[in-house]
Amino acid sequence: MSDNKVSSWVAQFRRGQSAKAYPPAVSLLLVSPLIALLFIGFVYPVARLVELSFANGAEPYVRLVKGDLYIGVLTDTIVISAAVAALCLFLGYPVALAMARLKRRAALLVTACVIVPLWTSVLIRSYAWVVLLQRNGLVNDLLQTTGLSDGPLRLLYTQGAVVLAMTHVLLPFAILPIQATLRSLPADLTRAASNLGATPIRAFVLITLPLSLPGVFAGTLLCFVLALGFYITPALVGGPGSMMMATLIGQQTLVVLDWPFAAALSTLLLTVSLLLVAVFRRALAQSKGFSSAH
Amino acid sequence: MPIDQTIDPRAQERSLSPPRVPAPWRPRPLPVLCALIVGLVLFFLILPTVIIVPMSLNASSHLTFPPSALTLDWYRAFFSDPDWIASTLFSLKIALWTSLASTIIGTMSALAIVRGELPFKAAIQAMAIGPMIVPHVVLGVALYLVFAPLELTGSLTGFLIGHTVLSVPFVVITVTASLQRLDPALELAAANCGATRLQSFIHVTFPNILPGIAAGAVFAFLASFDEATVAFFISDIDGKSIGRKMFEDIDFNLTPVIAAASTVVVAASLCLIGIAHLISSSASSRTKQE
Repeated sequence: MSDNKVSSWVAQFRRGQSAKAYPPAVSLLLVSPLIALLFIGFVYPVARLVELSFANGAEPYVRLVKGDLYIGVLTDTIVISAAVAALCLFLGYPVALAMARLKRRAALLVTACVIVPLWTSVLIRSYAWVVLLQRNGLVNDLLQTTGLSDGPLRLLYTQGAVVLAMTHVLLPFAILPIQATLRSLPADLTRAASNLGATPIRAFVLITLPLSLPGVFAGTLLCFVLALGFYITPALVGGPGSMMMATLIGQQTLVVLDWPFAAALSTLLLTVSLLLVAVFRRALAQSKGFSSAH
Repeated sequence: MPIDQTIDPRAQERSLSPPRVPAPWRPRPLPVLCALIVGLVLFFLILPTVIIVPMSLNASSHLTFPPSALTLDWYRAFFSDPDWIASTLFSLKIALWTSLASTIIGTMSALAIVRGELPFKAAIQAMAIGPMIVPHVVLGVALYLVFAPLELTGSLTGFLIGHTVLSVPFVVITVTASLQRLDPALELAAANCGATRLQSFIHVTFPNILPGIAAGAVFAFLASFDEATVAFFISDIDGKSIGRKMFEDIDFNLTPVIAAASTVVVAASLCLIGIAHLISSSASSRTKQE
Protein backbone atom coordinates (compact mmCIF):
# COMPACT_ATOMS: atom_id res chain seq x y z
CA MET A 1 0.00 0.00 0.00
CA SER A 2 1.68 3.24 -1.12
CA ASP A 3 1.84 6.32 1.10
CA ASN A 4 0.46 8.28 -1.77
CA LYS A 5 -2.72 6.26 -1.88
CA VAL A 6 -3.18 6.47 1.90
CA SER A 7 -2.75 10.25 1.90
CA SER A 8 -5.30 10.57 -0.91
CA TRP A 9 -7.72 8.49 1.18
CA VAL A 10 -7.04 10.74 4.14
CA ALA A 11 -7.69 13.82 2.02
CA GLN A 12 -10.88 12.28 0.68
CA PHE A 13 -11.97 11.48 4.23
CA ARG A 14 -11.33 14.98 5.52
CA ARG A 15 -13.06 16.68 2.61
CA GLY A 16 -16.17 14.67 3.39
CA GLN A 17 -17.83 15.23 0.02
CA SER A 18 -21.05 13.51 1.00
CA ALA A 19 -21.82 13.53 4.69
CA LYS A 20 -23.55 10.18 4.49
CA ALA A 21 -20.92 7.86 3.15
CA TYR A 22 -17.50 7.07 4.48
CA PRO A 23 -15.52 5.80 1.47
CA PRO A 24 -14.79 2.04 1.37
CA ALA A 25 -11.22 2.38 2.64
CA VAL A 26 -12.28 4.38 5.70
CA SER A 27 -15.18 2.02 6.36
CA LEU A 28 -12.85 -0.96 6.27
CA LEU A 29 -10.46 0.83 8.62
CA LEU A 30 -13.37 1.42 11.01
CA VAL A 31 -14.41 -2.25 11.08
CA SER A 32 -10.83 -3.59 11.14
CA PRO A 33 -10.67 -3.81 14.98
CA LEU A 34 -13.91 -5.81 14.95
CA ILE A 35 -12.60 -8.16 12.29
CA ALA A 36 -9.31 -8.62 14.16
CA LEU A 37 -11.18 -9.32 17.41
CA LEU A 38 -13.55 -11.82 15.79
CA PHE A 39 -10.65 -13.57 14.13
CA ILE A 40 -8.61 -13.90 17.34
CA GLY A 41 -11.49 -14.62 19.73
CA PHE A 42 -13.95 -16.51 17.57
CA VAL A 43 -13.00 -17.75 14.08
CA TYR A 44 -9.51 -19.07 14.88
CA PRO A 45 -10.39 -20.88 18.15
CA VAL A 46 -13.48 -22.51 16.66
CA ALA A 47 -11.51 -23.54 13.55
CA ARG A 48 -8.81 -25.07 15.80
CA LEU A 49 -11.47 -27.04 17.68
CA VAL A 50 -12.98 -28.39 14.45
CA GLU A 51 -9.50 -29.28 13.20
CA LEU A 52 -8.75 -31.12 16.46
CA SER A 53 -11.83 -33.28 16.01
CA PHE A 54 -10.26 -34.70 12.83
CA ALA A 55 -6.79 -35.16 14.40
CA ASN A 56 -7.25 -38.97 14.61
CA GLY A 57 -9.19 -39.23 11.39
CA ALA A 58 -12.88 -39.92 11.82
CA GLU A 59 -12.35 -42.08 14.94
CA PRO A 60 -14.23 -39.80 17.42
CA TYR A 61 -17.17 -39.55 15.03
CA VAL A 62 -17.33 -43.32 14.61
CA ARG A 63 -17.32 -43.71 18.41
CA LEU A 64 -20.06 -41.11 18.67
CA VAL A 65 -22.33 -43.01 16.30
CA LYS A 66 -21.53 -46.47 17.67
CA GLY A 67 -21.87 -45.88 21.40
CA ASP A 68 -25.46 -46.26 22.58
CA LEU A 69 -24.67 -43.96 25.49
CA TYR A 70 -23.82 -41.06 23.19
CA ILE A 71 -26.77 -41.61 20.86
CA GLY A 72 -28.93 -41.59 24.00
CA VAL A 73 -27.48 -38.22 25.03
CA LEU A 74 -28.14 -36.83 21.54
CA THR A 75 -31.77 -37.94 21.51
CA ASP A 76 -32.24 -36.71 25.10
CA THR A 77 -30.86 -33.32 24.10
CA ILE A 78 -33.24 -33.04 21.16
CA VAL A 79 -36.25 -34.24 23.21
CA ILE A 80 -35.50 -31.88 26.13
CA SER A 81 -34.90 -28.93 23.79
CA ALA A 82 -38.14 -29.61 21.91
CA ALA A 83 -40.07 -29.88 25.18
CA VAL A 84 -38.54 -26.62 26.43
CA ALA A 85 -39.32 -24.83 23.15
CA ALA A 86 -42.94 -26.07 23.19
CA LEU A 87 -43.41 -25.02 26.83
CA CYS A 88 -41.88 -21.62 26.11
CA LEU A 89 -44.36 -21.15 23.27
CA PHE A 90 -47.45 -22.15 25.25
CA LEU A 91 -46.49 -20.23 28.40
CA GLY A 92 -45.06 -17.28 26.49
CA TYR A 93 -47.87 -16.57 24.02
CA PRO A 94 -50.44 -15.32 26.58
CA VAL A 95 -47.81 -13.11 28.19
CA ALA A 96 -46.75 -11.70 24.81
CA LEU A 97 -50.40 -11.02 24.00
CA ALA A 98 -50.87 -9.24 27.33
CA MET A 99 -47.72 -7.18 26.73
CA ALA A 100 -48.98 -6.11 23.30
CA ARG A 101 -52.61 -5.43 24.31
CA LEU A 102 -52.44 -3.94 27.81
CA LYS A 103 -52.50 -0.23 28.52
CA ARG A 104 -49.41 1.70 29.60
CA ARG A 105 -48.96 0.98 33.30
CA ALA A 106 -50.06 -2.66 33.23
CA ALA A 107 -47.94 -3.28 30.12
CA LEU A 108 -44.94 -1.78 31.92
CA LEU A 109 -45.46 -4.14 34.85
CA VAL A 110 -45.67 -7.20 32.58
CA THR A 111 -42.61 -6.03 30.62
CA ALA A 112 -40.65 -5.60 33.84
CA CYS A 113 -41.53 -9.17 34.88
CA VAL A 114 -40.11 -10.39 31.55
CA ILE A 115 -37.00 -8.15 31.43
CA VAL A 116 -35.87 -8.60 35.06
CA PRO A 117 -35.23 -12.36 34.71
CA LEU A 118 -33.55 -11.74 31.35
CA TRP A 119 -30.94 -9.59 33.10
CA THR A 120 -30.60 -11.89 36.10
CA SER A 121 -27.59 -14.13 35.59
CA VAL A 122 -28.42 -17.65 34.40
CA LEU A 123 -26.34 -18.90 37.32
CA ILE A 124 -28.45 -17.08 39.88
CA ARG A 125 -31.67 -18.38 38.34
CA SER A 126 -30.34 -21.94 38.24
CA TYR A 127 -29.26 -21.55 41.88
CA ALA A 128 -32.77 -20.45 42.82
CA TRP A 129 -34.19 -23.58 41.17
CA VAL A 130 -31.67 -25.80 42.99
CA VAL A 131 -32.79 -24.33 46.31
CA LEU A 132 -36.51 -24.47 45.44
CA LEU A 133 -36.42 -28.07 44.21
CA GLN A 134 -34.04 -29.63 46.73
CA ARG A 135 -35.15 -32.28 49.20
CA ASN A 136 -36.07 -29.84 51.97
CA GLY A 137 -36.86 -27.05 49.51
CA LEU A 138 -39.95 -24.91 49.22
CA VAL A 139 -41.66 -26.99 46.52
CA ASN A 140 -41.34 -30.19 48.56
CA ASP A 141 -42.58 -28.36 51.68
CA LEU A 142 -45.57 -27.11 49.73
CA LEU A 143 -46.36 -30.56 48.31
CA GLN A 144 -46.31 -32.09 51.79
CA THR A 145 -48.34 -29.40 53.58
CA THR A 146 -51.03 -29.54 50.89
CA GLY A 147 -51.03 -33.32 51.20
CA LEU A 148 -50.14 -33.90 47.56
CA SER A 149 -47.26 -36.12 48.62
CA ASP A 150 -46.43 -38.07 51.76
CA GLY A 151 -42.68 -37.70 51.91
CA PRO A 152 -40.11 -35.48 50.19
CA LEU A 153 -39.89 -36.24 46.46
CA ARG A 154 -36.68 -36.36 44.48
CA LEU A 155 -37.23 -33.37 42.22
CA LEU A 156 -33.72 -32.03 41.73
CA TYR A 157 -31.24 -33.72 39.35
CA THR A 158 -34.06 -35.09 37.17
CA GLN A 159 -34.97 -34.39 33.56
CA GLY A 160 -38.14 -32.70 34.75
CA ALA A 161 -36.05 -30.24 36.77
CA VAL A 162 -33.88 -29.51 33.71
CA VAL A 163 -36.94 -28.86 31.55
CA LEU A 164 -38.51 -26.63 34.20
CA ALA A 165 -35.41 -24.53 34.86
CA MET A 166 -34.49 -24.22 31.16
CA THR A 167 -38.04 -23.18 30.30
CA HIS A 168 -37.74 -20.48 32.92
CA VAL A 169 -34.41 -19.26 31.55
CA LEU A 170 -35.49 -19.27 27.89
CA LEU A 171 -39.08 -18.01 28.26
CA PRO A 172 -38.19 -14.31 27.61
CA PHE A 173 -36.57 -15.33 24.30
CA ALA A 174 -39.93 -16.71 23.16
CA ILE A 175 -42.00 -13.84 24.56
CA LEU A 176 -40.05 -10.97 23.01
CA PRO A 177 -40.25 -11.95 19.30
CA ILE A 178 -43.94 -12.95 19.63
CA GLN A 179 -44.67 -9.64 21.37
CA ALA A 180 -42.84 -7.71 18.63
CA THR A 181 -44.96 -9.38 15.93
CA LEU A 182 -48.22 -8.87 17.83
CA ARG A 183 -47.42 -5.22 18.44
CA SER A 184 -46.80 -4.64 14.73
CA LEU A 185 -50.31 -5.88 13.84
CA PRO A 186 -52.70 -2.99 13.23
CA ALA A 187 -55.39 -2.85 15.95
CA ASP A 188 -57.95 -2.08 13.23
CA LEU A 189 -57.92 -5.72 12.13
CA THR A 190 -59.38 -7.17 15.34
CA ARG A 191 -61.69 -4.16 15.64
CA ALA A 192 -62.95 -4.78 12.11
CA ALA A 193 -63.49 -8.45 12.93
CA SER A 194 -65.51 -7.65 16.04
CA ASN A 195 -67.51 -4.95 14.22
CA LEU A 196 -68.41 -7.63 11.72
CA GLY A 197 -69.73 -9.71 14.57
CA ALA A 198 -66.85 -12.01 15.44
CA THR A 199 -66.55 -13.07 19.05
CA PRO A 200 -63.19 -12.26 20.68
CA ILE A 201 -62.20 -15.94 20.40
CA ARG A 202 -63.13 -16.10 16.73
CA ALA A 203 -61.28 -12.85 16.00
CA PHE A 204 -58.23 -14.22 17.78
CA VAL A 205 -58.26 -17.60 16.04
CA LEU A 206 -58.99 -16.24 12.56
CA ILE A 207 -57.04 -12.95 12.58
CA THR A 208 -54.48 -12.48 15.36
CA LEU A 209 -53.12 -16.01 15.65
CA PRO A 210 -52.35 -16.62 11.95
CA LEU A 211 -50.76 -13.18 11.59
CA SER A 212 -48.54 -13.75 14.63
CA LEU A 213 -47.17 -17.07 13.35
CA PRO A 214 -43.86 -15.58 12.06
CA GLY A 215 -43.06 -14.36 15.58
CA VAL A 216 -44.19 -17.67 17.07
CA PHE A 217 -41.90 -19.56 14.71
CA ALA A 218 -38.94 -17.26 15.36
CA GLY A 219 -39.35 -17.39 19.14
CA THR A 220 -39.83 -21.15 19.33
CA LEU A 221 -36.91 -21.87 17.00
CA LEU A 222 -34.68 -19.51 18.97
CA CYS A 223 -35.54 -21.31 22.21
CA PHE A 224 -34.85 -24.68 20.58
CA VAL A 225 -31.43 -23.61 19.23
CA LEU A 226 -30.40 -21.99 22.52
CA ALA A 227 -31.59 -25.05 24.47
CA LEU A 228 -29.50 -27.41 22.30
CA GLY A 229 -26.27 -25.77 23.46
CA PHE A 230 -27.23 -24.90 27.02
CA TYR A 231 -24.56 -25.65 29.61
CA ILE A 232 -24.96 -23.96 33.00
CA THR A 233 -28.55 -24.98 33.84
CA PRO A 234 -28.36 -28.69 32.94
CA ALA A 235 -24.95 -28.89 34.66
CA LEU A 236 -26.36 -27.57 37.95
CA VAL A 237 -29.98 -28.75 37.95
CA GLY A 238 -29.55 -32.01 36.02
CA GLY A 239 -27.94 -35.13 37.39
CA PRO A 240 -25.81 -37.78 35.72
CA GLY A 241 -28.99 -39.34 34.35
CA SER A 242 -30.01 -36.18 32.47
CA MET A 243 -26.86 -35.47 30.51
CA MET A 244 -27.17 -33.14 27.55
CA MET A 245 -24.79 -32.41 24.64
CA ALA A 246 -23.24 -29.38 26.36
CA THR A 247 -22.75 -31.11 29.71
CA LEU A 248 -21.24 -34.12 27.90
CA ILE A 249 -18.77 -31.76 26.17
CA GLY A 250 -17.96 -30.22 29.56
CA GLN A 251 -17.42 -33.66 31.12
CA GLN A 252 -15.19 -34.82 28.25
CA THR A 253 -12.95 -31.74 28.52
CA LEU A 254 -12.84 -31.30 32.30
CA VAL A 255 -13.07 -34.83 33.68
CA VAL A 256 -12.22 -37.39 30.97
CA LEU A 257 -9.78 -35.05 29.16
CA ASP A 258 -10.63 -36.67 25.82
CA TRP A 259 -10.14 -33.58 23.69
CA PRO A 260 -10.60 -35.05 20.19
CA PHE A 261 -13.92 -36.56 21.28
CA ALA A 262 -15.04 -33.31 22.96
CA ALA A 263 -14.03 -31.49 19.78
CA ALA A 264 -16.10 -33.88 17.66
CA LEU A 265 -19.14 -33.35 19.92
CA SER A 266 -18.62 -29.58 19.72
CA THR A 267 -18.36 -29.72 15.94
CA LEU A 268 -21.61 -31.66 15.76
CA LEU A 269 -23.40 -29.20 18.07
CA LEU A 270 -21.96 -26.26 16.14
CA THR A 271 -23.02 -27.68 12.77
CA VAL A 272 -26.58 -28.38 13.91
CA SER A 273 -26.99 -24.89 15.46
CA LEU A 274 -25.52 -23.08 12.45
CA LEU A 275 -27.57 -25.14 9.99
CA LEU A 276 -30.82 -24.41 11.83
CA VAL A 277 -30.02 -20.70 11.95
CA ALA A 278 -28.85 -20.56 8.32
CA VAL A 279 -31.92 -22.38 7.00
CA PHE A 280 -34.34 -20.21 8.98
CA ARG A 281 -32.28 -17.00 8.81
CA ARG A 282 -35.11 -14.92 7.48
CA ALA A 283 -37.57 -16.07 10.13
CA LEU A 284 -35.07 -15.45 12.90
CA ALA A 285 -34.24 -11.92 11.74
CA GLN A 286 -37.09 -10.55 13.82
CA SER A 287 -35.66 -11.86 17.05
CA LYS A 288 -32.18 -10.50 16.43
CA GLY A 289 -30.82 -8.57 19.36
CA PHE A 290 -32.49 -10.69 21.98
CA SER A 291 -30.44 -13.73 21.19
CA SER A 292 -27.55 -13.41 23.62
CA ALA A 293 -27.40 -14.21 27.32
CA HIS A 294 -27.06 -17.87 27.94
CA MET B 1 -77.22 -14.22 19.19
CA PRO B 2 -77.80 -10.46 19.48
CA ILE B 3 -74.96 -8.48 18.01
CA ASP B 4 -74.56 -6.28 21.11
CA GLN B 5 -73.24 -9.16 23.14
CA THR B 6 -70.56 -10.11 20.66
CA ILE B 7 -69.04 -6.68 20.22
CA ASP B 8 -65.94 -5.97 22.26
CA PRO B 9 -66.88 -3.00 24.51
CA ARG B 10 -63.41 -1.48 24.04
CA ALA B 11 -63.98 -1.42 20.30
CA GLN B 12 -67.24 0.41 20.91
CA GLU B 13 -65.53 3.10 22.91
CA ARG B 14 -63.08 3.78 20.15
CA SER B 15 -65.46 3.53 17.20
CA LEU B 16 -66.85 6.71 15.73
CA SER B 17 -70.48 5.60 15.91
CA PRO B 18 -72.60 7.43 18.52
CA PRO B 19 -72.28 5.92 22.01
CA ARG B 20 -74.78 3.20 22.72
CA VAL B 21 -76.41 2.35 25.99
CA PRO B 22 -73.86 0.17 27.82
CA ALA B 23 -74.83 -3.46 28.01
CA PRO B 24 -75.56 -4.68 31.53
CA TRP B 25 -72.40 -5.90 33.21
CA ARG B 26 -71.90 -9.60 33.35
CA PRO B 27 -68.78 -11.52 34.34
CA ARG B 28 -66.61 -12.41 31.37
CA PRO B 29 -65.03 -15.78 32.09
CA LEU B 30 -62.53 -15.69 29.24
CA PRO B 31 -60.55 -12.54 30.11
CA VAL B 32 -60.50 -13.61 33.76
CA LEU B 33 -59.04 -16.97 32.74
CA CYS B 34 -56.48 -15.25 30.49
CA ALA B 35 -55.45 -12.89 33.26
CA LEU B 36 -55.07 -15.83 35.61
CA ILE B 37 -52.81 -17.69 33.16
CA VAL B 38 -50.71 -14.59 32.48
CA GLY B 39 -50.45 -13.93 36.21
CA LEU B 40 -49.27 -17.48 36.90
CA VAL B 41 -46.64 -17.35 34.14
CA LEU B 42 -45.39 -13.97 35.39
CA PHE B 43 -45.18 -15.38 38.92
CA PHE B 44 -43.16 -18.32 37.54
CA LEU B 45 -40.87 -15.86 35.70
CA ILE B 46 -40.22 -13.53 38.58
CA LEU B 47 -40.15 -16.04 41.48
CA PRO B 48 -36.52 -17.26 41.16
CA THR B 49 -35.21 -13.68 40.99
CA VAL B 50 -37.28 -12.55 43.98
CA ILE B 51 -36.80 -15.63 46.16
CA ILE B 52 -33.05 -15.00 46.59
CA VAL B 53 -33.82 -12.01 48.87
CA PRO B 54 -35.57 -13.97 51.67
CA MET B 55 -33.03 -16.76 51.10
CA SER B 56 -30.17 -14.35 51.83
CA LEU B 57 -31.84 -12.98 54.97
CA ASN B 58 -32.97 -16.28 56.44
CA ALA B 59 -31.17 -17.36 59.60
CA SER B 60 -31.47 -21.10 58.96
CA SER B 61 -29.37 -22.49 56.16
CA HIS B 62 -32.31 -23.93 54.22
CA LEU B 63 -35.22 -21.85 53.08
CA THR B 64 -38.37 -22.08 55.13
CA PHE B 65 -41.43 -19.97 54.71
CA PRO B 66 -42.02 -17.78 56.60
CA PRO B 67 -38.35 -17.28 57.53
CA SER B 68 -37.53 -18.50 61.04
CA ALA B 69 -35.44 -15.43 61.87
CA LEU B 70 -33.76 -12.66 59.92
CA THR B 71 -30.03 -12.15 59.80
CA LEU B 72 -27.36 -10.27 57.85
CA ASP B 73 -24.75 -12.94 58.60
CA TRP B 74 -24.64 -14.22 55.02
CA TYR B 75 -23.86 -10.73 53.73
CA ARG B 76 -21.15 -10.38 56.38
CA ALA B 77 -19.73 -13.73 55.27
CA PHE B 78 -19.77 -12.61 51.62
CA PHE B 79 -17.97 -9.32 52.26
CA SER B 80 -15.37 -10.89 54.57
CA ASP B 81 -14.50 -13.92 52.40
CA PRO B 82 -11.32 -13.09 50.42
CA ASP B 83 -12.26 -15.66 47.74
CA TRP B 84 -15.66 -14.06 47.03
CA ILE B 85 -14.22 -10.53 47.10
CA ALA B 86 -11.31 -11.46 44.82
CA SER B 87 -13.61 -13.05 42.22
CA THR B 88 -16.11 -10.17 42.42
CA LEU B 89 -13.37 -7.56 41.92
CA PHE B 90 -11.83 -9.61 39.09
CA SER B 91 -15.21 -9.83 37.34
CA LEU B 92 -15.76 -6.08 37.81
CA LYS B 93 -12.34 -5.39 36.28
CA ILE B 94 -13.08 -7.71 33.34
CA ALA B 95 -16.51 -6.14 32.81
CA LEU B 96 -15.12 -2.57 32.86
CA TRP B 97 -12.39 -3.33 30.31
CA THR B 98 -14.81 -5.38 28.19
CA SER B 99 -17.31 -2.54 28.22
CA LEU B 100 -14.62 -0.04 27.17
CA ALA B 101 -13.24 -2.26 24.39
CA SER B 102 -16.71 -3.25 23.11
CA THR B 103 -17.87 0.37 23.10
CA ILE B 104 -14.94 1.59 21.00
CA ILE B 105 -14.90 -1.36 18.58
CA GLY B 106 -18.68 -1.53 18.33
CA THR B 107 -19.17 2.20 17.73
CA MET B 108 -16.53 2.26 14.99
CA SER B 109 -18.18 -0.73 13.29
CA ALA B 110 -21.67 0.75 13.57
CA LEU B 111 -20.42 3.96 11.91
CA ALA B 112 -19.00 1.94 9.03
CA ILE B 113 -22.12 -0.22 8.72
CA VAL B 114 -24.64 2.67 8.74
CA ARG B 115 -22.72 5.60 7.24
CA GLY B 116 -20.03 3.89 5.17
CA GLU B 117 -19.74 2.29 1.77
CA LEU B 118 -18.62 -0.95 3.34
CA PRO B 119 -17.50 -3.77 1.08
CA PHE B 120 -18.55 -7.31 2.15
CA LYS B 121 -21.13 -5.71 4.47
CA ALA B 122 -23.37 -8.79 4.66
CA ALA B 123 -20.44 -11.11 5.43
CA ILE B 124 -19.11 -8.78 8.15
CA GLN B 125 -22.54 -8.43 9.75
CA ALA B 126 -23.04 -12.20 9.68
CA MET B 127 -19.64 -12.74 11.30
CA ALA B 128 -20.42 -10.18 14.03
CA ILE B 129 -23.66 -12.00 14.88
CA GLY B 130 -21.83 -15.37 14.80
CA PRO B 131 -20.82 -15.44 18.49
CA MET B 132 -24.49 -14.99 19.44
CA ILE B 133 -25.48 -18.14 17.55
CA VAL B 134 -22.57 -20.43 18.35
CA PRO B 135 -23.34 -22.34 21.57
CA HIS B 136 -21.34 -20.72 24.36
CA VAL B 137 -20.06 -24.10 25.53
CA VAL B 138 -18.38 -24.56 22.12
CA LEU B 139 -16.86 -21.08 22.26
CA GLY B 140 -15.69 -21.68 25.83
CA VAL B 141 -14.01 -24.99 24.99
CA ALA B 142 -12.47 -23.51 21.82
CA LEU B 143 -11.05 -20.52 23.71
CA TYR B 144 -9.68 -22.80 26.43
CA LEU B 145 -7.97 -24.91 23.75
CA VAL B 146 -6.22 -21.83 22.31
CA PHE B 147 -5.59 -19.99 25.60
CA ALA B 148 -4.18 -22.87 27.69
CA PRO B 149 -0.85 -23.22 25.79
CA LEU B 150 -0.46 -19.41 25.81
CA GLU B 151 -1.15 -19.29 29.57
CA LEU B 152 -4.04 -16.91 28.96
CA THR B 153 -6.56 -18.86 31.05
CA GLY B 154 -7.53 -16.96 34.17
CA SER B 155 -5.89 -13.81 32.83
CA LEU B 156 -7.47 -10.44 32.19
CA THR B 157 -6.36 -10.59 28.53
CA GLY B 158 -8.04 -13.95 28.01
CA PHE B 159 -11.32 -12.84 29.57
CA LEU B 160 -11.17 -9.53 27.71
CA ILE B 161 -10.94 -11.30 24.34
CA GLY B 162 -13.67 -13.84 25.12
CA HIS B 163 -16.11 -11.38 26.64
CA THR B 164 -15.57 -8.61 24.10
CA VAL B 165 -16.49 -11.05 21.33
CA LEU B 166 -19.76 -11.72 23.17
CA SER B 167 -20.48 -8.08 24.17
CA VAL B 168 -19.71 -6.23 20.94
CA PRO B 169 -23.08 -7.09 19.29
CA PHE B 170 -24.94 -5.18 22.06
CA VAL B 171 -23.01 -1.99 21.25
CA VAL B 172 -23.31 -2.48 17.48
CA ILE B 173 -27.10 -2.89 17.83
CA THR B 174 -27.72 0.14 20.10
CA VAL B 175 -25.36 2.48 18.21
CA THR B 176 -26.71 1.36 14.83
CA ALA B 177 -30.21 2.16 16.06
CA SER B 178 -29.28 5.68 17.21
CA LEU B 179 -27.32 6.37 14.00
CA GLN B 180 -30.36 5.37 11.96
CA ARG B 181 -32.50 7.80 13.98
CA LEU B 182 -30.03 10.66 13.34
CA ASP B 183 -30.91 12.71 10.26
CA PRO B 184 -27.95 12.60 7.81
CA ALA B 185 -28.93 16.16 6.79
CA LEU B 186 -27.40 17.38 10.06
CA GLU B 187 -23.99 16.02 9.08
CA LEU B 188 -24.47 17.36 5.56
CA ALA B 189 -25.21 20.79 7.01
CA ALA B 190 -22.00 20.63 9.06
CA ALA B 191 -20.06 19.68 5.92
CA ASN B 192 -21.65 22.55 4.00
CA CYS B 193 -20.59 24.96 6.73
CA GLY B 194 -17.01 23.86 6.12
CA ALA B 195 -16.52 21.25 8.84
CA THR B 196 -14.09 18.47 8.09
CA ARG B 197 -15.44 14.96 8.50
CA LEU B 198 -13.71 14.63 11.85
CA GLN B 199 -15.11 17.96 13.07
CA SER B 200 -18.62 17.03 12.01
CA PHE B 201 -18.26 13.70 13.80
CA ILE B 202 -17.03 15.34 17.03
CA HIS B 203 -19.50 18.23 17.07
CA VAL B 204 -22.59 16.76 15.39
CA THR B 205 -22.66 12.96 15.16
CA PHE B 206 -21.03 12.00 18.46
CA PRO B 207 -23.18 14.14 20.82
CA ASN B 208 -26.31 12.85 19.07
CA ILE B 209 -25.47 9.15 19.29
CA LEU B 210 -23.98 9.40 22.80
CA PRO B 211 -27.11 7.97 24.51
CA GLY B 212 -26.95 4.92 22.22
CA ILE B 213 -23.25 4.49 22.98
CA ALA B 214 -23.88 4.81 26.74
CA ALA B 215 -26.71 2.27 26.68
CA GLY B 216 -24.52 -0.11 24.65
CA ALA B 217 -21.70 0.31 27.16
CA VAL B 218 -24.01 -0.64 30.06
CA PHE B 219 -25.37 -3.68 28.20
CA ALA B 220 -21.82 -4.77 27.33
CA PHE B 221 -20.75 -4.39 30.97
CA LEU B 222 -23.64 -6.54 32.20
CA ALA B 223 -23.26 -9.11 29.42
CA SER B 224 -19.68 -9.61 30.59
CA PHE B 225 -20.41 -9.55 34.31
CA ASP B 226 -23.31 -12.03 34.04
CA GLU B 227 -21.61 -14.29 31.50
CA ALA B 228 -21.14 -17.73 32.99
CA THR B 229 -20.38 -20.41 30.38
CA VAL B 230 -17.29 -19.04 28.60
CA ALA B 231 -16.03 -17.68 31.94
CA PHE B 232 -16.43 -21.15 33.42
CA PHE B 233 -14.09 -22.70 30.85
CA ILE B 234 -11.40 -20.00 30.75
CA SER B 235 -11.14 -19.48 34.53
CA ASP B 236 -8.35 -21.09 36.53
CA ILE B 237 -7.46 -21.33 40.22
CA ASP B 238 -5.76 -17.93 40.36
CA GLY B 239 -8.12 -16.09 38.02
CA LYS B 240 -11.73 -16.89 38.80
CA SER B 241 -14.74 -14.90 37.66
CA ILE B 242 -17.65 -14.48 40.06
CA GLY B 243 -19.63 -16.80 37.80
CA ARG B 244 -17.11 -19.60 38.16
CA LYS B 245 -16.97 -19.05 41.94
CA MET B 246 -20.77 -19.23 42.15
CA PHE B 247 -20.89 -22.35 39.98
CA GLU B 248 -18.38 -24.14 42.22
CA ASP B 249 -20.24 -23.15 45.38
CA ILE B 250 -23.65 -24.21 44.01
CA ASP B 251 -22.17 -27.53 42.91
CA PHE B 252 -20.22 -28.40 46.07
CA ASN B 253 -21.17 -26.17 48.96
CA LEU B 254 -24.71 -24.88 48.87
CA THR B 255 -24.76 -22.03 51.43
CA PRO B 256 -26.98 -18.92 51.69
CA VAL B 257 -23.81 -16.87 51.08
CA ILE B 258 -24.54 -17.51 47.38
CA ALA B 259 -27.96 -15.93 47.90
CA ALA B 260 -26.37 -12.88 49.52
CA ALA B 261 -23.88 -12.57 46.65
CA SER B 262 -26.72 -13.02 44.12
CA THR B 263 -28.83 -10.34 45.78
CA VAL B 264 -25.94 -7.87 45.62
CA VAL B 265 -25.31 -8.70 41.95
CA VAL B 266 -28.99 -8.56 40.95
CA ALA B 267 -29.56 -5.26 42.76
CA ALA B 268 -26.54 -3.68 41.06
CA SER B 269 -27.50 -5.11 37.63
CA LEU B 270 -31.07 -3.89 37.85
CA CYS B 271 -29.92 -0.37 38.82
CA LEU B 272 -27.63 -0.32 35.78
CA ILE B 273 -30.37 -1.63 33.46
CA GLY B 274 -32.74 1.01 34.81
CA ILE B 275 -30.17 3.70 34.05
CA ALA B 276 -29.60 2.32 30.55
CA HIS B 277 -33.36 2.31 29.83
CA LEU B 278 -33.69 5.87 31.15
CA ILE B 279 -30.82 7.05 28.92
CA SER B 280 -32.18 5.40 25.79
CA SER B 281 -35.82 6.35 26.40
CA SER B 282 -34.93 9.99 27.15
CA ALA B 283 -32.88 10.02 23.95
CA SER B 284 -35.72 8.67 21.81
CA SER B 285 -38.24 11.08 23.35
CA ARG B 286 -35.88 13.96 22.59
CA THR B 287 -35.61 12.96 18.93
CA LYS B 288 -39.40 12.76 18.79
CA GLN B 289 -39.68 16.35 20.07
CA GLU B 290 -37.29 17.56 17.42
